[in-house]
Amino acid sequence: MFILITGLLLGGTYALIALGLNLQYGVARIMNLANGEMLVAGGFAAFWLYTAGQVNPVAALIVIAPVAFVANWLIYRFMLQPLVKRAKSRGALEVDSILATFGMSFAFVGIMTWAFGGGYFNYAFLAQPLEMFGSSYAQNRVVAFVLAVVIGGALWLWLTYSRVGLNLRAVAVNPASASLVGVDVRRASALAFALGGAVTATGGALVSMFFTLDASVGVLFTMKALIIIIMGGVGDVRGTIVAAVILGIAETAVARLVDPGLTLAAAYLLFLLVLLFKPAGLFGKARG
Amino acid sequence: MSGTDWRNLAISAALLGLAALLPVYGSPYWLTMGTTMAMFVVLATSWALFSGPTHYISLATAAFFGIGTFVTGLGFQSLPFWVLPPLAAVIGAVLAALVGLVTLRLSGVYFVIFTLGLAEMVRQVVTWVQNQTGHRGMYVLTSITEREIYWMLVALGALVFLAGWLIGRSRLGFALRIIGNDETVAKHAGIDTALAKVALFMVPGAVAAATGAILAPRYIYIEPSTAFAPLLSFQVVIMALLGGTGRLWGPVAGVIPFSLLWEAITRQAPNQTLLLLGIAFLVIVYLLPGGFVGLWERFRRRFGGRT
Amino acid sequence: MYRRTFTQLAAAAVALAAGAGMSLAQDTIRMGAAAPQTGPLAGGATVTHWPAVRLWVHQTNEAGGLQVGDRRMTIELVEYDDQTNPQQAIQAAQRLATQDQVDFMVAPYSTGMNLAAAPIFAQLGYPMITGTAVTDQQPALAQQFPNMFFVLGRTSVMAEDTAHVLVGMRDRGEIGNRVALVNVADAFGIEMAGISRGVLEENGFEIVYESSYPLGTQDLAPVIDGAKAATPDAFIAWSYPGDTFALTDQAIVQNFAPHVFFTAVATAFPGYAARFGDQIEGVMGMGGVNADDAAFQAFAEAHMEFAGQAPDYWASAATYATLEILGQAIEATGSIDRATVLAYLQDRSHEYETILGPVNFNENNDNERYWTVGQWQDGVFRGIAARGRDGAVAAELFDGWN
Repeated sequence: MFILITGLLLGGTYALIALGLNLQYGVARIMNLANGEMLVAGGFAAFWLYTAGQVNPVAALIVIAPVAFVANWLIYRFMLQPLVKRAKSRGALEVDSILATFGMSFAFVGIMTWAFGGGYFNYAFLAQPLEMFGSSYAQNRVVAFVLAVVIGGALWLWLTYSRVGLNLRAVAVNPASASLVGVDVRRASALAFALGGAVTATGGALVSMFFTLDASVGVLFTMKALIIIIMGGVGDVRGTIVAAVILGIAETAVARLVDPGLTLAAAYLLFLLVLLFKPAGLFGKARG
Repeated sequence: MSGTDWRNLAISAALLGLAALLPVYGSPYWLTMGTTMAMFVVLATSWALFSGPTHYISLATAAFFGIGTFVTGLGFQSLPFWVLPPLAAVIGAVLAALVGLVTLRLSGVYFVIFTLGLAEMVRQVVTWVQNQTGHRGMYVLTSITEREIYWMLVALGALVFLAGWLIGRSRLGFALRIIGNDETVAKHAGIDTALAKVALFMVPGAVAAATGAILAPRYIYIEPSTAFAPLLSFQVVIMALLGGTGRLWGPVAGVIPFSLLWEAITRQAPNQTLLLLGIAFLVIVYLLPGGFVGLWERFRRRFGGRT
Repeated sequence: MYRRTFTQLAAAAVALAAGAGMSLAQDTIRMGAAAPQTGPLAGGATVTHWPAVRLWVHQTNEAGGLQVGDRRMTIELVEYDDQTNPQQAIQAAQRLATQDQVDFMVAPYSTGMNLAAAPIFAQLGYPMITGTAVTDQQPALAQQFPNMFFVLGRTSVMAEDTAHVLVGMRDRGEIGNRVALVNVADAFGIEMAGISRGVLEENGFEIVYESSYPLGTQDLAPVIDGAKAATPDAFIAWSYPGDTFALTDQAIVQNFAPHVFFTAVATAFPGYAARFGDQIEGVMGMGGVNADDAAFQAFAEAHMEFAGQAPDYWASAATYATLEILGQAIEATGSIDRATVLAYLQDRSHEYETILGPVNFNENNDNERYWTVGQWQDGVFRGIAARGRDGAVAAELFDGWN
């Protein structure tokens, strides 16, 4: 039971880390290597609001998410759209977006180091135990998990049932055909990228409640997020959440039952198995 | 061989000679810079040999490099040093073949992510084994000088270029170009695409492992977190793409200006290095599509007319 | 155009390279420092390394500089970010020496970066006094790099002393025999865990839980749960900053409170106390200082005023001391000639007055007097075990997270 719940909580954390990137990569086709830095920026914002203004990190999301949305929209509009226009093929865009977002990740780390210094950041918020089924769990992790479920669920419902969501999914499947049936691909991509950035910054604000962050730590989150979205299937919110939870539970089980030294190895083994047997992700259908 | 071939060979030999003599005419500062550049030239060129024609972006450089450093770290006391780079190359090639057999059937993105994960996985397994055996930190204390390291790298670089030139003229190179253009066509033409890709993937694997083995004495203290640092994989990709992967000399044209730029920024803005590097990077990406090779090719098209 | 771009770049680089380091007849001593400002170790360097280095330069200049022969010379500091990358650390040391032509260099931060830069320091004859490299290879290193001096101490001794603190407490009947031992799975953690395990087993302790976790892990609930299930009397974690915080956090959440709770790096950071407040009363950690010593207290106060943050209770002072030692060697020889200063440092009979207390180097260029284990007592991280230093206080039992 302890393994299951701890794994679930960890899976929630992973979902928060990966959901935003999935929107950016799945719909807007930008393999955003600066994703981790956006997450850290969200965490720093929460830290700053909490220590300077005593603002509850969950309440701070009301400010952080819209700011991140606007910032990411601007990034997409002015820095990435020229690359999208220029790209002749998906491969060319992939190369260009890797290069450009890698440069951005450097620039973001530079800005954050300059603004906040290079030291460690953390704070105590809801770091008290919550008793469930005879074991204790950190309240902040439970809160983050609940919000991950809410955000993931809302995204899924919105993508599945709303008109705009349908447009985004159409773009994710095939941008060229989507534009033929009257979807404004450029707007849909910008929206997806901005929304993805907002979700990532939200995730950052939430994980800052229990992770120690510093300006340079973003790349670790980017790598984890990439693995999760590939496992779950690119452009598939449901798959991302399921993959995140599976990964969380598997890692916790290995850590508790086998050896914590093998958690990453276990994660990659799982990843490899998914790739071999379900090359398009857990819920993906093979595409021609 | 045609006249152009002879001319290219002569130019290459002259440049190689010029590079090899750097320790003679250059200051120690340029030797240090040169060693770093030589490392990236070797890594980026071998990377482009595989990724250029196949369009697979491999982020596994750090994995092979790290394995190479560990080969030296474990073996330098019991084996003569000259054995270690070839040994590392063999291990790297075998590992690359294994990884290739498993993953090269996957399409682009999945391959990218898996290779990224590979370095992390290898690092974990290595540290876990170290932990189980109670292994201490590794200190590679040798009498090998920077100059010797540099020469070994230049020699390795020459080998890589030779290999690249031979592959370009061979059936394998031809097959790979077809695969890069259209894998289905390649299959119909009777090319064993999987085998061709695996064979070529062994090249960067072997070269990166040998490079790691050569550079281990430079780092002295070998620990998994620096030996397998993922940044290295990205740096190699970026320098190669910056140069352009269409030509054998493309990565060199990326490594040298980029290293000089990196150094200039580090000197000028010691406290904002990363910020300015990022911005410089973005500027290059926007102004130089197709890398330096692309720029050169447009220049030739406009003024030269010859190809 | 390609060629022109390249030529311009090369020309720019050469011009940059030639521009610096032209002040030879000088009233200032140029000192170079390269350490992480970004990258994985930037967090630690920002707490420990940079403020201490800048503080020493600031204070020395405030006092009018160093007395070199009949001149007073102020210090000019040239800084580079090595991005926690050995490649960059090597290049930065080379650049400082040959391009900026600095008179002396501050040793880098962390064992790995120090060793990567060591050949450059050695080749060009720069004294290298390091306050953040811990290793137990001093004899071999001192032979290879006779210009390299170690102030912080030996890893093996720190692991031994930690185990001996437990042995002492057990022999006094304060704790039982059961120990949970965890470590971060990298060279540091593995080595420390190995040594402390050896000492503990020799002394009849029972290792009831043992595990390692990957570098960078912050989800440590399973580790704490596993340790708690084994009901140990003492918990020892050879951890790094991120996981030190995460382990403590989880231990509080799961109310895992053995009689000894030890975490390694970052336990002595002011941020640790800021994060956990008075809950950490009784927590043990690596290193330590004589917190009641007037010299240290003055240093801490100046550090606070200058950098806006307190020093850590371990390597901050050691880093500062490395520069005190260098400054005293320069003043004693009355010269900024590196060979002369190095010869003075290599003369083992000399002793230096530092905020750590007197320091001298043995035949392995090794400082033999240093703190090994500390404990949070009344909001201060006090040394509870040391080699050759006075002022160690008695270890207290950890009485739970309150």
